[in-house]
Amino acid sequence: MTALADSDIPFLPRGVRLRHCDVRKAWFLLAPERAVKLDPVGAHVLQALDGERDFAAVVGHLAAQFDAPQDRIATDAGAFLTEMRNRRMVEVRS
Amino acid sequence: MNAPGNEPVDIETAIPIPMAMLAELTHRCPLKCPYCSNPLELTRRSAELSAEEWVEVFRQAAALGVLHVHLSGGEPASRKDLGEITTGAVEAGLYTNLITSGVGLTEANFADLAARGLDHVQLSVQGVDAEAADRIGGFRGGFDTKMRVADWVAREGIPLTINAVMHRQNLDRLPETIELAVKLGARRLEVANTQYHGWADLNRAALMPTPEQAKRASEVVAETRERLKGTLVIDYVPPDHFAKYPKPCMGGWSRVGLCVKPEGKVLPCHAAETITTLEFQNVRDVPLEEIWKKGPAFTAYRGTHWMQEPCNSCERKTKDWGGCRCQAFAWTGDAAATDPVCTLSPEHARMRAAAETDSAAHADEFVYRTIGGADRARAKEPAS
Repeated sequence: MTALADSDIPFLPRGVRLRHCDVRKAWFLLAPERAVKLDPVGAHVLQALDGERDFAAVVGHLAAQFDAPQDRIATDAGAFLTEMRNRRMVEVRS
Repeated sequence: MNAPGNEPVDIETAIPIPMAMLAELTHRCPLKCPYCSNPLELTRRSAELSAEEWVEVFRQAAALGVLHVHLSGGEPASRKDLGEITTGAVEAGLYTNLITSGVGLTEANFADLAARGLDHVQLSVQGVDAEAADRIGGFRGGFDTKMRVADWVAREGIPLTINAVMHRQNLDRLPETIELAVKLGARRLEVANTQYHGWADLNRAALMPTPEQAKRASEVVAETRERLKGTLVIDYVPPDHFAKYPKPCMGGWSRVGLCVKPEGKVLPCHAAETITTLEFQNVRDVPLEEIWKKGPAFTAYRGTHWMQEPCNSCERKTKDWGGCRCQAFAWTGDAAATDPVCTLSPEHARMRAAAETDSAAHADEFVYRTIGGADRARAKEPAS
């Protein structure tokens, strides 16, 4: 799957949910018959998807949140979101 | 960034955190599938947990770490309070999956379940057309209902999985089953070969596939996975009687999941009652956490401490966990024995020969799953 464009809006489709598990003290992405344990970075990236922010805005939001360089965030978040798209856990509209 | 939790743990001392709970809300069902996973002795309506009791079970399950709940049956839509039960699961924070035949749902009550936050639907199909499907399910009109239900699921935008239980009488139509799943808009298809417990065991001679069918089915799945990549995910449960090693049943006994029966009895797997030496507890009497952590049925075969040879010295012992405890008990009378599916089991040759005999039986008539049906079928059998 091709990389996200700045104007692509990534979102969690119906049937895919973020949930914090207090017992395991971790965030999970839940989908049909799947539970993906997220590290803190992955959890923050997915929490930044509000269905309105496009990819550029997601990167801007995370860069401000973590006081980190935009290009590094764009690379890391882009790779992660592309992988989640391939697993049909994240969808994109433009 | 996304590796599932596989931290090294001492499997003998650490109690795992369960991921999933199967909630058998009822054993009532309009269908009569001859391989039903419910026990031969079906629970009656008057014994079922109330909606309030189920909601409390969901809260306890979530507190224990359960992430997915599967609302199943029988047919869950046979319960008039399915909406209330669904809300309870969603509010407990559980990912809520409805496992249904579709029969008993209406467009209005399905829209209601969707509005309550249902996450996913698994719809069973017994065959690829009305004639085949309704004969296997023992319910006229069932197939047409399913086609409508799939449409409602798609309209709500809820992800759909098609569950297809396969056996000798439908395995040759696997390619059409896959096409049907795609046509219905499913993202996942479970091609699950029959597991021979309870009703299915009673119908072995009518259901057991031939070794040739088993081989061909595995090829079809492999070809189709490649062809439909990105469109349809296929989860495949091969017919294990013709395998070399057993399946890692339940991902290991009391490691990943648990099952609550309609009356509140808690089981390590839905078929565990076939192991008549085990003792089960009820959520009406004992908190779920205590049952999971310390219940006698749960600790009996958790980990590897109970294993005998050839399992105990086998390098696969924590890969397949000795296979299926129910199958071991059914064939050897000892639930701690090696699953006879395993080619290393001393019972393997006997099981394989019996499977080949069953697969060559020209007996296509079913004993349908009905209340009292198993007793009537046994009464008809000639004394041996």
